[in-house]
Amino acid sequence: MSQKITIDPVTRVEGHGKVTIYLDDDNNIKQSRLHIVEFRGFERFIQGRPYWEAPVLVQRLCGICPVSHHLAAAKAIDVIVGAGTGDKLTPTAEKMRRLMHYGQIFQSHVLHFFHLASPDLLFGLDAAPDIRNIIGVAKQNKHLAVMGVMMRKFGQEIIKVTAGKKIHGTGAISGGINKHLTIEERDSFLKGENNIDQMIEWSGEALNFLKNYHRNNKDFIDNFASFPSSHLSIVRKDGAMDLYHGVMRAVDNEGNRILDDVSYQDYLNYIAEGVKNWSYMKFPYLKHLGKEKGWYRVGPLARLNTCDFIPTPLAQKEFEEFRAYTKGKPNNMSMHYHWARLIETLHAAEVMKDLLNDKDLLTGELIVKGEKQSEGIGVIEAPRGTLFHHYRINDNDQIAMANLIVSTTNNNDPMNFAVNEAAKQMMQGKREITEPMMNAVEVAIRAYDPCLSCATHALGQMPLEIVLRDKNENIIQVKRT
Amino acid sequence: MKVLIYGYGNPGRMDDGLGNELVNALEHWSKKNNIDYVEFDSNYQLNIEDAYDISTKDVVIFVDASKEDIDDFVLTKINENSNLSFTSHEASPGYIYYLSKKLFKKAPETFLLHIKGYKWDFQQGLSEGAEHNLNKAIAYMKIIIKNPENIIKFKHNIIIQN
Repeated sequence: MSQKITIDPVTRVEGHGKVTIYLDDDNNIKQSRLHIVEFRGFERFIQGRPYWEAPVLVQRLCGICPVSHHLAAAKAIDVIVGAGTGDKLTPTAEKMRRLMHYGQIFQSHVLHFFHLASPDLLFGLDAAPDIRNIIGVAKQNKHLAVMGVMMRKFGQEIIKVTAGKKIHGTGAISGGINKHLTIEERDSFLKGENNIDQMIEWSGEALNFLKNYHRNNKDFIDNFASFPSSHLSIVRKDGAMDLYHGVMRAVDNEGNRILDDVSYQDYLNYIAEGVKNWSYMKFPYLKHLGKEKGWYRVGPLARLNTCDFIPTPLAQKEFEEFRAYTKGKPNNMSMHYHWARLIETLHAAEVMKDLLNDKDLLTGELIVKGEKQSEGIGVIEAPRGTLFHHYRINDNDQIAMANLIVSTTNNNDPMNFAVNEAAKQMMQGKREITEPMMNAVEVAIRAYDPCLSCATHALGQMPLEIVLRDKNENIIQVKRT
Repeated sequence: MKVLIYGYGNPGRMDDGLGNELVNALEHWSKKNNIDYVEFDSNYQLNIEDAYDISTKDVVIFVDASKEDIDDFVLTKINENSNLSFTSHEASPGYIYYLSKKLFKKAPETFLLHIKGYKWDFQQGLSEGAEHNLNKAIAYMKIIIKNPENIIKFKHNIIIQN
């Protein structure tokens, strides 16, 4: 009998995901879909609000990456107040924002790796769910677990001193930043007990842990949920990795440029969003390639595929090893997101060290203004990938139009491919669907570190429900996480 | 005795900000009354680094908005909970307590103050009902803060339902 599996979430807040896997009469995978079944329409909510409120308002989108939304909105509002498209801020303002952003990248990547990914790697897909968590990690490798907590704390403290506060930070304002770093704040990160040098060392340790795991589990890490795709991110004008500002670049699965360093102010010329009747999350694609061929991946894996080099020495060394693994061609292995994420973690730590030693953070002009514009676009590489904020204002300085394309939305098609590949590899032809098989589907999605709440512009957690259905759409099995 | 009162929630979602509002009010009141043994903190949600912070305290009271079937507020003792969420978007007080115990070998007396909320829209400001419940919870917490050692004596799961 043919079957259908659905993975669906159940918790107290909106914004959940559901996976449905359809089986045929021979228990082969017919189709898999990641559905987003909640919608809150955040863009409409901010219409009518004064434009200068946007960098604070948009933080309501998500409690996990409010800094990314804060900075993307601030960059868009910079354009509106005539502060340029990323090249006119004062050195102090730009460097303070960069410190905030790399603190966010650092803490988010650390949280994902230690809290969510490392249990899967340490214990395997078939381990009991009650040990597949950070407590299980602590029992097997306490140092790794403590390291994760203290690294995350470091990143959060960086955000606190640059954004001004933990909730609804106000650091980035129209045309600049609202504070300097004090000498005391700087020294706490440079000379404190768990200081920036310690963070760099621990980032290297985490990377070595993953590389060691990779050496011992090559088949799984290289082949699980792998598929060819294009990759998109912003890069610095000289091709360097730059997570705060740059031009848009995309490469296909062979490494050919399919978007060649264009200004993100023109993103609407290049990117469109498709819709499908089974998901509230849209499906972005490159216009000139169309819906079928124009989809792409974003996030750490994509960024390491699009950039030419990483402008910090330790991360650059790791980047060279990463690129050599695929002989310079784009890396299309989903589980290598973890590897790329940890290289970026090391890079973020190195960038933070350089910035903390920069005297521009302690003194200098904070704000610039110019001739007001009616429209602004801000793009940033958030931890999960490229994040677009686009606003248009009316004569009363109110937001008349807002368009957000968040990182997880950019990864919508790839996550669906990953689910399908994982399902095929783990469930194809099997008579019974087991808990480890279901977990494998989650592991494939988790590699992308998705935030479905952001993607549907709703707030809340992202639990998951998997449902298996037969060819007549009858539910055979349900798993909730 | 070191006490931490930690409110969490999103003040941009109306009553979800009840925990943050309680912390704001009590922090102001404590400063005014020169109470220096209580620390205050708030955030959108709990996360793993909070395990380290609570490990340095004797008593921790988390404060969260609640959709439960309660009248106005309830104070409960926290039981450890090792359940891991599918994503990093959720950590319960029980999970944070559990992490503190396992990673840092410290187990402060830990409680959760649930304050009943009613509205969760994309707006700032509390609903009228939530404001009423908040004021009752603040009055109760002032008594707790004045004599925090008394809270340790409670051993039952549900300490008070007003």
